[in-house]
Amino acid sequence: MTRTFPARPAESPALPAADRPPGKPRRNRGEIRAAYGFLSPWIIGFVVFTAAPMVISLYLSFTDYDQINAPNYVGGENYRQLLQDPKVALALRNTLIYAVMYVPAAMAVALALAMVLNRVGRAAGFFRTVFYLPVMTPTVAAAALFLLLLNGQKGLINRSLALIGVHGPSWTTDSSWIKPGLALTMLWGLGGTVVIYLAALQQVPKDLYEAAQLDGAGSIARFRRITLPMISGALFFTMIVLTIHSLQMFDQAYTMFFGGQQNSTYANDAALFYVIYLFQQAFGVLHMGYASALAWLLFGIIILITAVQVRLSKRFVYYEGER
Amino acid sequence: MTIDRRSFLFGASGVAALTLAGCGGVKSGGSKSGSSSSGGASSVTTQGFGKPDDVGQARIDAFKKAYPQVTVRINEGDFDPQQFLSSVASGNPTDLVYLERGLIGTYAAKGALQPLDDLISDVDIDTGQYRKPALKQVTVDDKVYGIPEFYNTRNILINGKALREAGMSPQDLSTTDWNKLHANAAKLFRASGSKISRIGFDPKLPEFLPLWAKGNGADLVNEDGSPNLDDPKIIEALTFAYSLIQEQGGWSKFKAFRDTWDIFGSGNEFVKNQAVAFPWEGWYVNVLVQSSPNLDLQSVQFTDRQGNPTSFCDGSAWAIPKGAKNTKAAVQWMKAMTATDTWLQAGAARAKTVEKNKSIFTGLWTANTEADHQVHDKYVKPSGRPGFDQAINNYYASTESAFAINPSKAGSEIKTAWTDAVNRVLAGQQGPEQALKQAQSEAAKAYSAVK
Repeated sequence: MTRTFPARPAESPALPAADRPPGKPRRNRGEIRAAYGFLSPWIIGFVVFTAAPMVISLYLSFTDYDQINAPNYVGGENYRQLLQDPKVALALRNTLIYAVMYVPAAMAVALALAMVLNRVGRAAGFFRTVFYLPVMTPTVAAAALFLLLLNGQKGLINRSLALIGVHGPSWTTDSSWIKPGLALTMLWGLGGTVVIYLAALQQVPKDLYEAAQLDGAGSIARFRRITLPMISGALFFTMIVLTIHSLQMFDQAYTMFFGGQQNSTYANDAALFYVIYLFQQAFGVLHMGYASALAWLLFGIIILITAVQVRLSKRFVYYEGER
Repeated sequence: MTIDRRSFLFGASGVAALTLAGCGGVKSGGSKSGSSSSGGASSVTTQGFGKPDDVGQARIDAFKKAYPQVTVRINEGDFDPQQFLSSVASGNPTDLVYLERGLIGTYAAKGALQPLDDLISDVDIDTGQYRKPALKQVTVDDKVYGIPEFYNTRNILINGKALREAGMSPQDLSTTDWNKLHANAAKLFRASGSKISRIGFDPKLPEFLPLWAKGNGADLVNEDGSPNLDDPKIIEALTFAYSLIQEQGGWSKFKAFRDTWDIFGSGNEFVKNQAVAFPWEGWYVNVLVQSSPNLDLQSVQFTDRQGNPTSFCDGSAWAIPKGAKNTKAAVQWMKAMTATDTWLQAGAARAKTVEKNKSIFTGLWTANTEADHQVHDKYVKPSGRPGFDQAINNYYASTESAFAINPSKAGSEIKTAWTDAVNRVLAGQQGPEQALKQAQSEAAKAYSAVK
């Protein structure tokens, strides 16, 4: 089965081709100024709130800075220290394990929900809203709720499991089950991913399925040979976003295990995620220079993982119009 | 307003650390401390004081009456380190900060708080009126950095009904004889399979390790502020307290069961017979009086292994951030808020609330010795509920024998080290000795960096 897709039309030049050298579109200065004018709020925001702080944080990562006194330049000491800090290794390990658990699970569940939604027909709008509502729930409130649901002794999840004869684990207190419990909690807010998948599924041409059906392809074959390739762009995008999101895990884990529940100082090492450790260093013991180095290490890790994902995507992701 | 280099660095680094790591951080709780300090002699601003209750409001009113020319601006919300540090670093802090006394050492060492000795002399505050352990907690290198306010102590609260049914007396849960306590905790524990239905004795780990350590004759922090976390007596205390949990289902189930308690509700752990005994702060008696007034409450004082009463105390303090503009009004506020007369007015306000709610006056637990005695004598009366009366008396008695963790310039780091160590033990990752030795190493490193 082959199919050809129409090539995208060439963009219209700003001026007639006869008035400009070949390959170099001449732009109107007024238009350029207007463009920068419209872009300036974003540019200013980016420079003030992202670029400049990043540069300064890079500088601070080479200093001993407690946020009260002036920073002291210490060279690469912070980076040397973080390589020897067992808590950095622990937090990184926890974060990566969690990401490996959460990202595939999130993609699979979101895709399954999107496929169900895609078949609902007229009620799709209603269900789309229902599935998206959890995204609007404050993460702290959701985390507090899941602490109750996941309670190993009296939580609803274990009580439900008991109905089918399964003895549920101590999700919130057993080190081995804390990360799976958190991954389960995070599936609550998948609405955004579901909506992206649903949009991608609705873009898959129906005639592809009809042609495949005529050729005798079953539902699994249609899913593997048509659906997955056709939505692979969306899958790739969400994989990157979910990976970055899971490497930055903070709110839920902090609320559930570090957030000062009444009279509780218990925090399990299994829930020590990288950003939580960074936060503790920055604002708990006032090591902002060290925290800046931690932030840059995470930034590097995210860039590396994303680069690997982009590289691999060339083999698995299909873009319409690509040859 | 000019922005100096350090302020700029702070703001930028905070944004960057959290942006790079994608962390939203903690919101400031609705108050804008940085911009609230308008300065001048006619206003005083606070952060960390929360929303005042009847006792707090009565004292605010007392201050306003004494200093009508001073405008008071309370930024509601609990103490938030991020908010506090950003206000100090930007050079625009509130005039006062209200925080746990245990944090004073760390912030004083970093220069985030002002020493108060000269200001105290200026307005003639009698520091002798404050309880010694509380004053010691806010004193670093012989300089006073805070004025202590409340004074929380710990005693053992007991579910009297469950104890009676087991044929025991409150003294059977005394912390003097650890072997006996261990055996009785096991007898009072109830479980069916893997489901716990009642905890016999909760040692309240990790937060009460200092109490168990003191009961065994050791301090977590030495007099000079250095850590003492791997002291054999502390290792022994942790081993014992942990064994109580192991005997009662193990940490995973124990903690999960404890998390199901409705500690502030009418169906609390005593009413539902989910707990028999645990050490806790005095304010909880006030909660129990209101949520379950007919409860058969019993109590005993926490004792060391020689039978002497001891109690771990902590509480809040007022301090003045570096760069505060109206230090004169700030120190007047500190003096007024913690003065004996002011506490008596607060006592009157609480008495009115108690009468309205047909409840019991359980005490104010202040760090002002004289005020505490006067409030007790004037308002604490036999209620007709002997269990509650005994508990209140025990807490008053424990204020005389309480200790505080010694202040340290590395106070936060030391606390983090021992708390993490206990958590590792509870999670089964390390034994008490290994965990506390690691904690000592971490804390000693932090202490030597700030010494």
